[in-house]
Amino acid sequence: MKQTATTKTTYHIPIGPIHPALKEPVFFEFELDGERIIDVDVKLGHIHRAIEWASRKRNPIQILYMAERVCGICSYCHPAAFALAVEDAADIVAPERAEYLRVIQGELERICSHLLWAGVAAHEIGFDTVLYLTWQVRERALDLTEYLTGNRVTKAMMMIGGIRRDITKDMLPRIQKDLQYFKDCYNKLGKVFLNDKTVRMRSQGAGILTEEDALKLCAVGPTTRASGVKKDVRVDTSYFAYGDLDIEHITPDKLTGVVNGDVYDRIIQRLLEVKQSIELIEQCIDKMPSGDIVAEPKLAKLLAQLKKVTGEGVGRHEAPRGEVIHYVKFDGNDAPYTWKIRAPTYNNILPWIPMLKGEQIADIPIVAASTDPCMSCTNRVGIVKDGNKYEMTKEELHRLSVEKTRRLMK
Amino acid sequence: MKFSMLPSVFAQMFKKPWTNKFPAKYAPSNTTNFLADVGAGKAKLIPPIETPPNFRGKIQYDKEKCIGCQLCIKVCPCEAIEFKPKEKKIKIFLARCCFCSQCNDICPTDCLSMSDEFLLADADPYSKDLIVE
Repeated sequence: MKQTATTKTTYHIPIGPIHPALKEPVFFEFELDGERIIDVDVKLGHIHRAIEWASRKRNPIQILYMAERVCGICSYCHPAAFALAVEDAADIVAPERAEYLRVIQGELERICSHLLWAGVAAHEIGFDTVLYLTWQVRERALDLTEYLTGNRVTKAMMMIGGIRRDITKDMLPRIQKDLQYFKDCYNKLGKVFLNDKTVRMRSQGAGILTEEDALKLCAVGPTTRASGVKKDVRVDTSYFAYGDLDIEHITPDKLTGVVNGDVYDRIIQRLLEVKQSIELIEQCIDKMPSGDIVAEPKLAKLLAQLKKVTGEGVGRHEAPRGEVIHYVKFDGNDAPYTWKIRAPTYNNILPWIPMLKGEQIADIPIVAASTDPCMSCTNRVGIVKDGNKYEMTKEELHRLSVEKTRRLMK
Repeated sequence: MKFSMLPSVFAQMFKKPWTNKFPAKYAPSNTTNFLADVGAGKAKLIPPIETPPNFRGKIQYDKEKCIGCQLCIKVCPCEAIEFKPKEKKIKIFLARCCFCSQCNDICPTDCLSMSDEFLLADADPYSKDLIVE
């Protein structure tokens, strides 16, 4: 008997909208041929919390704390970009000391974020020992943050036209001691991540993003720099005190001499950036001038000044994940007329498509996590195959990933 | 190197755990009874880790100093402060407070300050402990 129905050679699996390797709720649909990924489709817009809308009945000082809650890990860079946008609109110039203090906080956040990412990446390939080792170092970074700001995560540090807390002389020994600890650990972690066989096997040649694709798809931050594109807001435009500091573009070829644009390169990239951040904090402590830390210490006066502002402003800041852009427009009221955020992860979503094409299912967690998207937890994957539906939970996906590591070890 | 982390892992095995076992070494089956025992001197409380110097805990309110200018209400990001028009004083709902200490900064008479107190968990958001007035 002749077969009437054509046999389907590919099948689809949806991943998301909620998934542990995707830091923000995003919906993926994979077209698979056996284990190989043939095509990927990404859908966005599952985490609309109306933050921008809620800002329309708040004044700029209140919005600073709302911006802080856009993301838990980037709780400094969103208020920073917002403050830059408001300063741009209202022509406020922050005092020099404040600019240096802002750099210190920004770089400390980068160290925390990159270490967190390194731990998550190790976990995704089933290498949990490294997760605990990395997060042990991160704990120290969080303790330092707590010491400087009074809180581990929501720092409440940014103020329009300056910063809220100063670094006094008696705080310096503690900062230097911790920076020395990070440097020692940097060497140790560098060895683990760059020379270990397990990490190399899973990350080399996986999730390749070419320089051309990175440019075409507007990737930002470590994701694009790992592909060899020299794009960094800290260097390209001078804001805060970055203009005075010795800073240059970092690409993975600084260490290895070649740019491959794979997951391994993104690991190198982030490790190099942690080192760069430590050096930047040291430079800031050396060069920091004395003086005021806010342009207008009387907040009631600042509010009155902001109420009169009409016009628009744009703030750009290099967050740990890439460039974050805040746009704000005032029309002479208490609250801004509009406020728009462009978070870095938004740009790093499309590069997932060239990265994931041709990879295996077991590589999805590490490749998706390699762009360091903003994470929300718990997830399941539903597989629809031949009309039967079954689900693939987070644990199962993780198990597949661990199994691949074991298979390669043999 | 195949086992590059092995030295660290072995060193870790002989270190004391970092976790501070607050409030007791083993979690008490009944917290209220445990606290009563502590009060009676029968059980011992393991102290929490010290708070950092700039820690922002429960707000302290000096009612005498307050002049009722309402500036704190204007900057509070979470609308946690209520004005009492008759007395011209404020009432702070800690269940809504995000502990940013912005009201402390704007207060012209310095009647607000942040304390070290952080044990503020409560089942009732309007309990006496969570309202400062």
